[in-house]
Amino acid sequence: MSAALRVAIVGTGPSGLYAAAELLKRDPTAEVDLFERLPTLGGLVRSGVSPDHAARRAVTAAYEQLLFASGRCRLIGNVEIGRQLGQDELAAHYHAVIHASGAAHDRRLGIPGEDLDGSHAATEFVGWYNGHPDHAQRRFRLDCERAVVIGNGNVALDVARMLLLSPEALRRTDIADHALAALSQSAIREVVILGRRGPAQAAFTAPELLELGELHDLDVIIDSPAAELVTPPGHPQALRLKLLNEYARRGSLGRPKRLVMRFLASPVEISGDAQVRALTVVDNELLRAADGSVTARPTSRQHSIETGLVFRSVGYRAQPLPGLPFDTAAGRIPNEQGRIRDPATGRPLPAQYVTGWLKRGPSGVIGTNKPCSQQTVASLLDDASQGLLPTPVQTTDGIDALLASRAAIIVDRHGWQRIDRHERQGGAASGRPRVKLTRVDEMLAIAG
Amino acid sequence: MAYVITGTCINDSACVDVCPVDCIHPGPKDPAFATADMLYIDPLVCIDCNACLEACPINAIHSEHRLPPQLARYREINADFARERRR
Repeated sequence: MSAALRVAIVGTGPSGLYAAAELLKRDPTAEVDLFERLPTLGGLVRSGVSPDHAARRAVTAAYEQLLFASGRCRLIGNVEIGRQLGQDELAAHYHAVIHASGAAHDRRLGIPGEDLDGSHAATEFVGWYNGHPDHAQRRFRLDCERAVVIGNGNVALDVARMLLLSPEALRRTDIADHALAALSQSAIREVVILGRRGPAQAAFTAPELLELGELHDLDVIIDSPAAELVTPPGHPQALRLKLLNEYARRGSLGRPKRLVMRFLASPVEISGDAQVRALTVVDNELLRAADGSVTARPTSRQHSIETGLVFRSVGYRAQPLPGLPFDTAAGRIPNEQGRIRDPATGRPLPAQYVTGWLKRGPSGVIGTNKPCSQQTVASLLDDASQGLLPTPVQTTDGIDALLASRAAIIVDRHGWQRIDRHERQGGAASGRPRVKLTRVDEMLAIAG
Repeated sequence: MAYVITGTCINDSACVDVCPVDCIHPGPKDPAFATADMLYIDPLVCIDCNACLEACPINAIHSEHRLPPQLARYREINADFARERRR
């Protein structure tokens, strides 16, 4: 192929940035255009990672620096594929497209009362405290003493910590100002995290469990049958169980706030009038199959937990993208090693690739996306070397002209860097990592 | 002396790529990587070259002697993982 390979990557979360870095590294003449719906870079690293874990957000800056220093990577921010630009138009301008827009939507519980005022998706709350423009205008009633978070992953722990951290601790983070104000007035003193299975099946990672011990005004209560806290020999997550056991032995220290980790219980119904008043849960027992899998089976014992605030945190899911196949059951785009597969023919769709959560479902941590994106890029470069990628019918200039004709306000890397600098300067004045802009119009005004 | 990975770790594995003695696990080719809570340095193999600390995009790695007190337990957590892995 004579002309330089031109690739569009849709989404600037970890999987998109990892894919861009890998492409630029492996093909010394390749050019990458990064498309991002928001004026800001980083995807869930910016809007998912918890404010008290802001050190992790540095990964975006590290890769951003690498990408833009290459001189072969552009940011086309504030442009949404499917809105200002169609999938077919995108495909016409590049040798290949890598879809990396993730899985930012929540899974529902499917129980009565889920839509009562006070029942929310954890994703909404996370987006809200992180200042995501889609969620910044939300309101959460924090005037009850107990909240319940349903789910046993790190997002559930993030939500619980943000509800329980002191205003002084929150003030040192990059939490959105509106959330800082609201949480500083919160009446919440107890958060119950509900897991349908046992401690050995929970997905909390060890560092997240360990750091709970650093919260000195917090009791961590483990509500589980003792037998389920026994670490089976050779258990891959022995450290997680060891830490949960330490909290179980420590018990209550009479501290002002409580985090209760209640295992072996499933939500049955959220009840109330207009506002949530209680959550009914059923005790579960565990069934162990011959293959080692463990499932929860409800018993006849039900309990009511008095609460005004319920968050469901039972997983993210991707949404189908217009014009591309989607596996609804698995919640991802069907693919083989990152090549999007057309289920009708069983063959790859030419020049269309996928990576990250959209490719493999919502699992793993930030860095799990790196080998995932490396695999997708390897498939793409392999196809390119075999002459399987069509020559783009349009040029780079063409995409610029097309976007101009749609009156799109593009935020390029300089615009994003002005936003970034503005936020950091705002934080420096008040001893915080940054003060986030939470509205697109504010961001565009700063981006200039 | 050795280097220690702490709980901020995001499994970016840039450290694995630069380690000259392959003492950081699980690496991205290890089946355990997909479900690893974090990555760990084997203190018995580490040669204190500082390469991992410089490669880490989020400063999650510390020299054992400069480990902040609240992160002290990660010394044992890294060593425990390495010991289990050698078994």
